[in-house]
Parts: sequence; structure tokens; C-alpha cells
Amino acid sequence: MNDDARTDGGTASETDPGAAAGALSGVDGYRVFLYLGLFGMLAFFLVPIESGLVTSFKTSGGVSGSFPFTPPTGSTFTFGKWGTAFDALGRGLVNSALYAIPATVISALLGSFAAYGITQSNWKPKYKAPILALFVAGIFIPYQAVLVPLAQFWSTVPLEESLSFLWGLGINDDYTGIIKLIVTHVAYGLPICTVLFRSYYKNMSEEMIEAARLDGASIRRIYRRIVLPLSGPMFAVVLIYQFTQIWNDLLFTLVLVQTESSAAAPIVLILAGLGTSLEGQDFALRMAGAFIAALPTLAVYIAFGEEFAEGVAT
Amino acid sequence: MTRNTDTGGDSGDAVADGGVTENPNGSGFSPIAALNDRFGSDFVESSQFWLPPFLLVGLFVYGAIIWNLLISLTDFNSFGSPDYSDLDFEMYARALADSAFVDAAVNTFVLLVGFTLVTLALGLGLAILVDRNIRFENTLRTIYLLPMSLSFVVTAQFWAWMFNFNNGVINIVISSLGFGRVDWLGNPDIVLWAVMFALMWQFAGYAMVVYLAGLRAIPNEHYEAAKVDGASTIRMYWRVIIPQLKGSTISASVVLMVFALKAFDFLYSLVGGYRPPNGVDILATKMVREAYQANEWAYASAIAIALFLMALGIVGPYLYYQYTRGNL
Repeated sequence: MNDDARTDGGTASETDPGAAAGALSGVDGYRVFLYLGLFGMLAFFLVPIESGLVTSFKTSGGVSGSFPFTPPTGSTFTFGKWGTAFDALGRGLVNSALYAIPATVISALLGSFAAYGITQSNWKPKYKAPILALFVAGIFIPYQAVLVPLAQFWSTVPLEESLSFLWGLGINDDYTGIIKLIVTHVAYGLPICTVLFRSYYKNMSEEMIEAARLDGASIRRIYRRIVLPLSGPMFAVVLIYQFTQIWNDLLFTLVLVQTESSAAAPIVLILAGLGTSLEGQDFALRMAGAFIAALPTLAVYIAFGEEFAEGVAT
Repeated sequence: MTRNTDTGGDSGDAVADGGVTENPNGSGFSPIAALNDRFGSDFVESSQFWLPPFLLVGLFVYGAIIWNLLISLTDFNSFGSPDYSDLDFEMYARALADSAFVDAAVNTFVLLVGFTLVTLALGLGLAILVDRNIRFENTLRTIYLLPMSLSFVVTAQFWAWMFNFNNGVINIVISSLGFGRVDWLGNPDIVLWAVMFALMWQFAGYAMVVYLAGLRAIPNEHYEAAKVDGASTIRMYWRVIIPQLKGSTISASVVLMVFALKAFDFLYSLVGGYRPPNGVDILATKMVREAYQANEWAYASAIAIALFLMALGIVGPYLYYQYTRGNL
């Protein structure tokens, strides 16, 4: 329980001035328990992350010779594991970005198109409902149900042959895996993007769009001039949510790229096998690797936490 | 190959359709006018927006599921391609006779229900605490939700370390309290609960966000009225507030159950391989193992159909519920 006290202490020092004043003004047992509960839960959520972080800076001797949640001391402190992890994962970082960014942008755009076409246009709701239901149900499909056909499908697409000019430029032909991942993630990310945009467009003011329609503007023009410029906040939500999902996914990378030794191996695929060998597990290395793989999504989350929360809540 | 050209051709059509509608619908019979008549005035013109994404989803999601169903009826294994001339339910019979499949199905069900219940309970507790007019609300909320932004691959590393027998935080804590060390990931009777706990850690923040939105939608008068009636705080929540959170509970449960069905990534990363620890093999891991390790494609497809039916059993009623409430 040592760790709890420590984490609490760290945060409490920051909360002290206000909390002390509040506690003194009315000795309120109920508020005390409330904050005890809140900060206890804070410890619960932070301990796995904190112990991972301190462990990643320890030498192998430090890992087995000290508590997992205490920081390394002078002799057991090392950046070595981070260096090793970065050497192993660096190319994965680039590969992941190569498919996660395009797939995020394309699926958000197409999701916005689909939601606009279904929501802001005038056709019979009884025909819209089944189309929308298929989009919504698509969010909940376990990917296992499509894996075998997906592998079959990609094995029949002659990507290697049709992109031979790229391999001529000295690009490794494993990179077909990146193209497969982009298309696959766009297709399976579209349902959630569509549903997120739909909930936004449904609440959009209709007057402006009605007025534009009376002026004879085409559906395409209304999208470009009115709907798209107003979609900014929702694009932020969808891009952040979708990027996190795609970056974090392991299953498709396992099926479409397959081996971590591939030149196109995404970071999650390399991380899943990092630090585990027959001789035992190098936990400091695994923790350092975990943080490197998590850095992009953590950065996005810390910068845009509100948008992320909105994305998951919808 | 055929599927690929299909996609290309169809989206091409959609664009062509869109182009045609730019011209005024002339006199005489026009298929576009007929379609618009049937489906609504914007049907054809708006299809340039929704049809290409719809076809992409239709092919990759629903086309693939039907294809998967077909493969599960063949005897396709090892390399080569499936033989669709001889279809039967052999793989399903094999699954029912396979005790490993039955175990995995039971584990999936236990994980699904147990994980969803504990995560909802913790999420509701957090939401109620956070909703009590507290200081630092944003900071606390952000930290509670933080694990959700992490990959299963990352959280599996953290929890492999937390559950470590000799040096893990959990064993150190319980042994300092005077209990014996527990082999969390090695004991087949315990490992499922350990995994459930780790997943609860990752998704309780999500349940909290959903419940918090639900709590904030309840009018203040309901709290006031309960207070005036002299109800205690606990009684007020139990009798007045929680019953009003039915909608939040339903939507959060559906999403959480689907996350549990997808726990493959977590289990794979926990051990760095297809074979999860004994006692926590679920349908999702067994399916991928049969396909990509044993190359039993048809059998894996049959397991995938079982998993899909489970998902359908959860999502079907949910979609119907949303439809009857006019949310679709």
C-alpha cells in the first residue's frame, strides 16, 4: 500500500491549500470520505502506469531487487532499456504512422459523406433506417467473423504486381501490407465515423440548409459551402478517436503483415513479442517499449482529452 | 479479384449517377425520376455521398460475413483455396464435439457477463463520486479515462508486470498484508478473473463517462424532491437516480460486451503468442489460433460464426431498442 500513499501524497500537495481551507470551514466527514474515494481511485488507475514507468528506467538487477513501484536509485538507473526498445520499435513507429494517418483521414471524410447523404437529404425515412442500421451494426462486428475472407480477399488482389514500379525504386515489397491496412481500416472504421457524424448532423440547424436549397444549391454545393465548414468540431472528435483505434489495433496487423520481422511491421506487432524469450522476460524492456508505443496516443489524449471523451461517449 | 473489380465498378457507377442528375430530369420515362419517386426526392442525388461508403462497408463487413459463412461449410484447410462444391455442417459438429471449443465458449460468456457487470458497477460508482460537485473534476476524469486511450498491447504489458509472481505490485501488496502470493496468470482457476480485473481497469473510465452524461441529464428537481421527502443519499440514488440511468446502462453494456468479445489483442500480447494462459482461452483467441497457427480455415470460420452469433445476440436487441425509440 506504500504506492497508494505516495501517489496520493504527490497529488495532495497540489490540492492542499484549497482543500485545507474547505475542510476547516466546516468539518465535513462526508467530503473527507468523498475525496478519499476519489484519490484512492486515482491511485488505482495510476499504479500500473507508474510502476511501468519506473520499471522501464531500471537495470535488470534493479527490476528484481527493488519494489516495482519505487523509482530507480543511482546504481540501478539506466536509459539502456529505452534505447534498446527504441532500436527495436523505431521502424514500427514509422510504419504505424504510414497507415494510421491516411486511414484516419480517409475514414473520417467518407464517414462525413455518408452521414451527410443519409441525414441532410430528403428521402424517405423508412428506406434510410435499414441503411443506417447496417452502418450501426457494423460497429459491433467482431473482426474474427471477417478474418478468413479478408485474408482470402487480399491474397487474390495482385498488389505486388500492380505496384512493381515502387519496388523498382528500392521500396521493400512488404509495404503492400501498409496499403492493405489502410483500405481495411477505412472499411471497418467507416461505421463508427458515420454514426458519430450522423449524431452531429442530426442536430445541425436546418434553416441555413433549407435556405440554400430554396436558392437552388445542389447537394454537393451545400456540403462544400455549409456542412463541411461547420463540421470542424466533429472532425476533431472523429479524427482523434479513429487515430487512437487504428494505432492501437493489433489483430489486423497480425493478419495482414503477419511477422514482426517484416520491413512493414507496425509498432504494436513488434511490441507484442518484445522482451519475451525462452530465457525469461525482460520487463524493463517491455515497459519501455509499451511507453514508446503509447506515446503518440497518449500525446493525442492529453492534448485533446475532451474530444476523446466525446468520441467514446457517443 | 472479382470482388475488387466489383468495388471499383460500383463506386464508378455511383459517381456517374451523380453526374447524370446534374441534368434536369427530362420528360418521358427516366430511371432517376422513377427512383426518386420511389425513395424520395433526393435519393439519387444524395447517393453520391452515401453510396460509395455504404458499398465499401457492405462488401467488407457484410459480404465478408457471408463469405465466411460459406467457407465454414467447406473443408478448407492448409494452403490452396476452398472447394465450394461440397458444403456441409461438418465443422459445426466438430466444434460441438471439441471440448476446447466448449471451454472457450464458456470462458467467453463468463468474461462477457462478469467484465460487463464489474465495469458498470465501478463506472457508476466513479460517476456518482465525480458528480458530487468536486474540485479538480476535469483532471480526475481525464485520469480515470486515460487507460482507455492505450492499446490492449500496451496495457497487457503493464498487467503482465502487475500480476508477475515474484515482483508484481499485486503480489507484493497482498503478501505485505499477510496473505500468500498468488500465481495470477499461471493458475487456470484464477487467470480469467485476473484478466477481467485488468480489463475493468482499462474500461471503467468509459462506463464513468457514459454514466456521467446520464446523471447530468437528470433534472435537479429530482434530487431536490428526494431530499425534501427525507430520503438518505444512498436511498435517493438507489430509488430515484439509478432507475433513470437505464439508457446509459444499456448503451454502455453493449459497447463493453463488444470490447470483451475483442479481448484477443490483450490475451495475445500478454504472452506474445497465439496460445493464451490455460483457463482464459476465449472464442476470439481460439479462432485466430485455428486459422493462423493450424491453418484450419474452415474450422476457424465456424468458430467465427459462433462468435458473430454471440455479438448479434447482444447487438440485435439493442438495435431494435434504438429503432423503437426512434433513434435510428
